[in-house]
Amino acid sequence: MFEFLTQPWPWYVAGPLIGLTVPLLLLSGGKMFGVSANLRHICASCNIGNVEFFNYDWKSAGRWNLTFLAGSVLGGLLGGVVFANPEPIQLAASTISDLQELGLTNFEGFVPAELFSWSALGTGTGLLVLVVGGFLVGFGARYAGGCTSGHAISGLSDLQLGSLIAVIGFFIGGLLMTYLLYPIILS
Amino acid sequence: MKFSEYLKFLIYGTLFGFVLMKSEVVSWFRIQEMFRFDSFHMYGVIGTAVLVGIISIQIIKRSNVKGPDGNPITIPPKDPSQVKRYILGGSVFGLGWALLGACPGPMFALLGSGVSVILVPILAAIAGTYTYGALRTKLPH
Repeated sequence: MFEFLTQPWPWYVAGPLIGLTVPLLLLSGGKMFGVSANLRHICASCNIGNVEFFNYDWKSAGRWNLTFLAGSVLGGLLGGVVFANPEPIQLAASTISDLQELGLTNFEGFVPAELFSWSALGTGTGLLVLVVGGFLVGFGARYAGGCTSGHAISGLSDLQLGSLIAVIGFFIGGLLMTYLLYPIILS
Repeated sequence: MKFSEYLKFLIYGTLFGFVLMKSEVVSWFRIQEMFRFDSFHMYGVIGTAVLVGIISIQIIKRSNVKGPDGNPITIPPKDPSQVKRYILGGSVFGLGWALLGACPGPMFALLGSGVSVILVPILAAIAGTYTYGALRTKLPH
């Protein structure tokens, strides 16, 4: 029975479960599933410089979501440590060779140890990936008004055209980075 | 919010974080694989999630289900005319998503799984959100 909890889940199991988050939260008081809103609530909780955009009752608006976010950290502990998968990720061979060509050697774990370590922050590449990468995610999500959960899942589930446009934008940026910029960054 | 509600959202979030780990969508490697179209996995996850989302929202709308407060469930629509913000904002997000290999949800799940350095992208993302807030009147929407 525990094998089910430690082994990775196929897309046709994980996807529907993630999708169920949408009605689950809607039925819990009309809450819209969207993780990036929490970044906005966190900014509003301190609002240094009194930025107008963050002047709202973040406690009323965000309590539920921040709690959900705290839960996701717990879920990460359970899923990634307590019930960790002892096997490596079954990555496509072409991706592995692509990344090897770009200089990656360690394919263990969920994230490349060569980029995701405190020592990597001492390198230009590490700084770029962790700091600039994080910054772009935070800036872009707020600019677009949502991230993968907000637009690609919630928005598309509600058949919102705006979310479809946002997801197209996600892929424009993602493909630009993958094919044009990352090879430069990693070399 | 009552304690039982805090518990409810905490449990929902925990389940969400757990599924994120099991589905491996938190993996930088999986994101690189996704943007190279080298596997159906990520598309299967997002696609079936959307399918389930579409069906469940249609059921909710048609059955006129009421929320815990007794009012019907309504979903505020997004303004589709704001094409610039969706394309520009979306592209910036996409650049970051591919670069970091993680979007907000996975960042926090990874934190829970012990990737302590993900605190840096989290702080950077907060800074990015803050910067947008400060600059938004100067940006095209």
